[in-house]
Amino acid sequence: MIALQLLHESVSLATTQAPAETVDAGTAKLGGGGEQVLFWVMSIIMVPAALGLLFARKAVHAALGMAVVMIGLGIIYLAEQAPFLGVVQIFVYAGAVMMLFLFLLMLVGVDSSDSLVETIKGQRWMALVFGGGLAILLISVLGDVTYTAPKGLKDVDTSGNMTAMANLIFGKYVWAFEVTSALLITAVLGAMILAHRERLVPKPTQRDLSIKRIREGPVKAPLPAPGVFARSNAVDIPALLPDGSPSPLSLSRVLIARGQMRAVGTVREDVKVIEAEITPGDRPKADRNPDAASENAEGAS
Amino acid sequence: MNLVHWLYLSVLLFSIGAATVLVRRNAIIVFMGVELMLNATNLAFVTFARINGNVEGQVIALFVMLVAAAEVVVGLAIIFTIFRTRRSASVDDANLLKY
Repeated sequence: MIALQLLHESVSLATTQAPAETVDAGTAKLGGGGEQVLFWVMSIIMVPAALGLLFARKAVHAALGMAVVMIGLGIIYLAEQAPFLGVVQIFVYAGAVMMLFLFLLMLVGVDSSDSLVETIKGQRWMALVFGGGLAILLISVLGDVTYTAPKGLKDVDTSGNMTAMANLIFGKYVWAFEVTSALLITAVLGAMILAHRERLVPKPTQRDLSIKRIREGPVKAPLPAPGVFARSNAVDIPALLPDGSPSPLSLSRVLIARGQMRAVGTVREDVKVIEAEITPGDRPKADRNPDAASENAEGAS
Repeated sequence: MNLVHWLYLSVLLFSIGAATVLVRRNAIIVFMGVELMLNATNLAFVTFARINGNVEGQVIALFVMLVAAAEVVVGLAIIFTIFRTRRSASVDDANLLKY
């Protein structure tokens, strides 16, 4: 709360420096110089972040842009005489809701990017034109309206913003507040039912799995270990079968998918390097020993 | 300068959210567009509360947040259920009710 007060004081301090002689004190503080600076800074940060939602190819980047927008809105609420809403915005939206979104993104698969196939032809362009048209329409409407001088919440928040809000929530809007609790409980129950999956068959035990592997699996024995080459623990080199051909079964399919496995043929260069290293007389012994000692020390630590 | 500039920001965010809902095919991003629209209206509520000198706008914004939180929970659960049965989070793949 101290930080909140500080922020408010700084905002009001910045706004009081605007010329305020002619206007009465209540309205002069609203929308002053400091707030304008905040507006431009937040807009320049938030609008590109929101556009990231529209144009980012990866869903995670869109979610991060969304988180930036949420935090920015929280800061704006703090500056707009709504400290309670600002804190709730950062707690609920930036904290809980965006965390849920990221959680689901990780469950669904981080690289689940958009399919670029359009079900309706030209829908993407039409939608972008619609979005731009909506923005132009709403902005022109906003420009046409004449506004009264902003009043600010100084007269309402005499005993604090939270007290004023509590008077309304537990007074005029108490019925809506109670109904909200029913809504939240319904949402929780709905989420539980949707996320719950009834098991149709009993869960296979380890014994069932082993029996199934012996009956149906292409490989009865444990999979062959990857080739171990003297220079390193080479998980990326396939094991050699008795006839000398590499066995693809011995490699992790993750390494194969990433293209990080090595062909057996590349080992030949390693053999040359090692042969050169262990051939006596190439390098003076005093030069080699400290190296080996330090390597050993590193391995031990 | 009065407080109208916050309304312009709110309008911009709302339009971006609406375009996101229409353009993107990933159900999760579409949902984030809906959230962005809700947040933009919240900004308008808070600004109007300040213009009119009335805390009711902030109370309404709080209720919008509550409803949005409930909506996110159910919506994400639905998206996840669809993903579990159809192995896809694309809005184009949920077409069982088509014709």
